[in-house]
Amino acid sequence: MLILDLFKMALRSLISHKLRTFLTALGIIIGVASVISMISIGEGARQQTLSTISKFGTNIITIKPGQKKSRHVSTGKVDTLMLEDAQLIEKHVPLITGVAAQVYRSAQLKYENKNSNTTVRGTGKSYVSLANFEMAKGRYFNQQEINAAKRVCVLGATVLKNLFEETNPLGKTIKVDGKNFMVIGVTEPKGALSWFDPDDQIFIPVTTAQKRVFGMDHIQSIDVQAANIEDLEIIKEDIAQLLRLQHNIADGKENDFYVQNSSQWLNSWGDAAKTFTYLLGGIAAISLMVGGIGIMNIMLVSVTERTREIGIRKAIGAKKKEILEQFLIESVLISFLGGGVGILLGITISEMVSKIGGWDTIVSSQSIILAFGFSVGIGIFFGFYPANKAANMNPIEALRYE
Amino acid sequence: MISIENLSKVYDSGSLSVTALKEVSFQIDKGEFVAIMGPSGSGKSTLMNLLGCLDLPTTGKYELEGLEIGNLKANQLAEVRNRRIGFVFQSFNLLPRATALENTELPLLYGRVANSTEIAMQALERVGLKHRAKHKPTELSGGEKQRVAIARALVNQPAIILADEPTGNLDSVTGEEIMSLFHELNKQNVTLIIVTHEEEIARQAKRIIKMKDGRITTDQILEETSC
Repeated sequence: MLILDLFKMALRSLISHKLRTFLTALGIIIGVASVISMISIGEGARQQTLSTISKFGTNIITIKPGQKKSRHVSTGKVDTLMLEDAQLIEKHVPLITGVAAQVYRSAQLKYENKNSNTTVRGTGKSYVSLANFEMAKGRYFNQQEINAAKRVCVLGATVLKNLFEETNPLGKTIKVDGKNFMVIGVTEPKGALSWFDPDDQIFIPVTTAQKRVFGMDHIQSIDVQAANIEDLEIIKEDIAQLLRLQHNIADGKENDFYVQNSSQWLNSWGDAAKTFTYLLGGIAAISLMVGGIGIMNIMLVSVTERTREIGIRKAIGAKKKEILEQFLIESVLISFLGGGVGILLGITISEMVSKIGGWDTIVSSQSIILAFGFSVGIGIFFGFYPANKAANMNPIEALRYE
Repeated sequence: MISIENLSKVYDSGSLSVTALKEVSFQIDKGEFVAIMGPSGSGKSTLMNLLGCLDLPTTGKYELEGLEIGNLKANQLAEVRNRRIGFVFQSFNLLPRATALENTELPLLYGRVANSTEIAMQALERVGLKHRAKHKPTELSGGEKQRVAIARALVNQPAIILADEPTGNLDSVTGEEIMSLFHELNKQNVTLIIVTHEEEIARQAKRIIKMKDGRITTDQILEETSC
């Protein structure tokens, strides 16, 4: 018998039991829909996290001090980075658009009767553009103010709200750990990440921070902005070479600093989110599996019900293979049907989640192919046992079946 | 055309073994019209299953058109059933969801015969049911159902048609009609074997084989019948 005829027969048998076919397919529909919508939610969450993180700049290289070591023993102090290091990088490393040395510490702010405990960040003039901040009011400090270690500060949006509420802060004087600073600017709010609010800090010249507030001569990190993301690795290497030279590190000795870029961050975050997606998808796949068991159950019932039909077909010359194919096509058709409807339902659900729930969802073509392929595979896998049972029936007994 | 020699069939179910057929031998030639008679348990159904290649004998030899059936594999048996044997059952055994035409066409589909629809239509015409081709079995009378079954049996131009109590589920008038259809087909040189327990039906055949307890008791050729 030609495969087309078998197809027609399977279709006819499914149509003659519409409700049963629908209910059987429902298991697969729910399974496929949940796989697709779950993966789309997980994928959406991943993309959202990545885009939030990339707001902080993916073309930034961060240099942090490492521990000084003598004879393989860490001496404990992490004061290996100096302001001169940042100046050297700015001067000698090509392909970069900005360098910002930083010192930071939390400090007590005071304006009139209002108090706030917040991060005080001493930086260079390029920091504002490096960290993707926009100025809302006033201006950022300039090189003269840095060189002269002036007591000027720029407020983050959260600090502004805490200390000044609605009033104009420009030109006002606040106290930072008891020392007077003049407010010269305010940054636009950037929006908080769950673990850290970038708007809850104030910015002061790095020199002022070192000499007048924190009392330190080293710095805590240097941010370097690359002109092109493609050049990140070259720049990192240049920086490492330059700093080794500057720090007098002999060949074969370890660096006393670390050079990292934010894409490394991004990767590890992406990996975590991927695991989350797999977990959701895996749970959904279990429901697909349950749908497959439903198919097997109904096919077994169907084979028993149609014992006599199988007997007739065998008597008039159907081969084992042809009976097997007939029933297998039926179960695959059910899962095919369920897969198709499930994809539509899954896409609808993920769109509803994004519209009503306000979550980002991304339906990927891979998840569709995966869910659909899996469901057809389940049709074959769970349809095989009943089909094989039908194919192996003894025609005489099957014909006698009432 | 059919030659069986010392055919025996033993059903072995664990501790119990039943001999349903004991060393049966006979020959049937092309164009014959044979009735196999006997009470239930006489082995006529077993003989029918063996002749129809639905089952294989325990011992003995069965040749159909020179082909030794006992050596065949399941798929080859299916092929012989498909091309060389036509079945007509007491309870019609049509597929309920398929039309008369589709039921008739089915053996051709399994045999991968080209132009199956036209050939099936011709077969329906032979049994006088061309006008009911698009009807499903539920819309047909008993006699019409059996005619469809006969058309299905005929459609592959088999060597023999095996009919198991073909009038058993029909009233006497319809039964007569079916029998006269068989006579007509027999005149067209179709070989017929009918299993029945009705003397009246059996007497319409040209040869009666009577069975009892798995053996043939009589095998007589009848004079020209009255019908």
